[in-house]
Amino acid sequence: MKSGGVRNGTRAAITAPHLRTDRWWLAPAMTAAGLLAFVVYSTWRAFSNTDYYAAPYVSPFYSPCLAENCEPMRNGPNWEVFGSWWGLSPALIVLIFPLGFRLTCYYYRKAYYRGFWASPPACAVAEPHKKYSGETRFPLILQNIHRYFFYAAVPVAGILTYDTVLSFRDEHYAWGHMGLGTLVFVVNIVLIWAYTLSCHSCRHIIGGKLKHFSKHPVRYRAWQLVGRLNDRHMLLAWASLVSVALADFYVYLVASGAFDDPTFF
Amino acid sequence: MSSYEARFKVWRGDVAGGGLEDFGIEVNDGEVVLDIIHRIQATQAPDLAVRWNCKAGKCGSCSAEINGRPRLLCMTRMSVFMREETITVTPLRAFPVIRDLVTDVGFNYAKAREVPAFVPPDGLGPGEYRMMQEDVDRSQEFRKCIECFLCQDTCHVVRDHEENKTAFAGPRFLMRVAELDMHPLDAAEESGLDRKKTAQDEHGLGYCNITKCCTEVCPESIKITDNALIPLKERAVDRKYDPLVWLGSKIRRRPSGPA
Ligand code: SF4
Ligand code: SF4
Ligand code: FES
Ligand code: FES
Repeated sequence: MKSGGVRNGTRAAITAPHLRTDRWWLAPAMTAAGLLAFVVYSTWRAFSNTDYYAAPYVSPFYSPCLAENCEPMRNGPNWEVFGSWWGLSPALIVLIFPLGFRLTCYYYRKAYYRGFWASPPACAVAEPHKKYSGETRFPLILQNIHRYFFYAAVPVAGILTYDTVLSFRDEHYAWGHMGLGTLVFVVNIVLIWAYTLSCHSCRHIIGGKLKHFSKHPVRYRAWQLVGRLNDRHMLLAWASLVSVALADFYVYLVASGAFDDPTFF
Repeated sequence: MSSYEARFKVWRGDVAGGGLEDFGIEVNDGEVVLDIIHRIQATQAPDLAVRWNCKAGKCGSCSAEINGRPRLLCMTRMSVFMREETITVTPLRAFPVIRDLVTDVGFNYAKAREVPAFVPPDGLGPGEYRMMQEDVDRSQEFRKCIECFLCQDTCHVVRDHEENKTAFAGPRFLMRVAELDMHPLDAAEESGLDRKKTAQDEHGLGYCNITKCCTEVCPESIKITDNALIPLKERAVDRKYDPLVWLGSKIRRRPSGPA
């Protein structure tokens, strides 16, 4: 008999690795498909190094733009921190932060551990691995640095907010205009902030770490608010993932000339 | 009142071996799976072993697996199944079987004993404890636990890896650590016991990969992962992976009490 799992010698003798009759595979399959689609799309866009700016819109994948080879964006967050030696797509410089934030996110961890690594594929469905050490060792012990990515995610969200403000200009940089793209940007930035603030690390830092809420009424209140967002962390993770891809795709359509940004005023 | 005949498969046997046995059995409106198991016991298999007590979802005795999902027999209504469905009932598959639907859940009692108890605060006698409601809310959620051990049974860390049972306390008892660490009067820290650190070092918090199956099966709907395990992981980070906190503790031992 195989030792280790549900077929361990002392447990009820049942050979089936699980007896679930519902469609337990549907959720992990959809999760894996959704994440994969995003990975493929964002890899293409991040490496393509074209069609990411159409005044006044900059793709969230390319903001802030920190190399000399960035397309010039008037007043936009492009600073040549990295000089001319950077020859690759400038998206790759900053993307590491949102990528790290999402990779170490408690929700995404659950999603890919289940969807890609089948650890476990679903509840009470035996996992295919012989050994399991969870997040106790390298490399997965590094998941513990999630809060630092949270700290980095806040200024990144700030910059995307700035981009959204700049999107209230028209293509000649005149203020007081709004196009469909502006709306896309506003929706995206709201979702990005909601996702970022609903983070479990944020919930901990803002108040969760306290022992006595009664001594810190303001932080207690903030903790309650973050908690309410945190309840929807999974939903916000998906919504903001879709919205950031859509915002980028919208810029791509406008920049490549496939679509003309309709203006409201 | 309508009744019908349902098809059941019930695991029967002991540690030496066993298998699923078929039963055709009457089901009436409003019944739960435990009623049907009792009817099988009363009419067809008088020696069928099943553990139960309250039939009200409060004692946590009747934990089993129904169609492969860890559940309470007494809280699973027959109406959630299609009439033509065959319903499979097995004992908990993470623990050693004793007989039929009864398993040896001693692992959980051993793990319970490994968690150091509440440390009474200095200078307060019995009857002198005063706590604010907002300070005990979090711990109180965890006190809803009925010790059914469905979470322990589902958790893949031990369900799929017997060898991890030594190192891993399981969701129920990591939640106990969290409960005490959040307790406004627990004086563990003053007595030199750092629950945030021992959660990881002694109770195996790092094995949990927050895949939330414990939360999914908890009959008390306790948000074990979101409210106990993840906050506990964050507390461990405070202690072990926060360079600022680490530096501070190296420079001087902070005399301040808990925040
Ligand atoms: S969330 Fe953690 S403790 Fe709960 S079932 Fe999953 S691995 Fe086990
Ligand atoms: S936490 Fe929930 S599932 Fe776990 S033993 Fe308590 S009541 Fe049962
Ligand atoms: S962003 Fe998901 S937990 Fe921090
Ligand atoms: S018999 Fe008590 S919980 Fe089911």
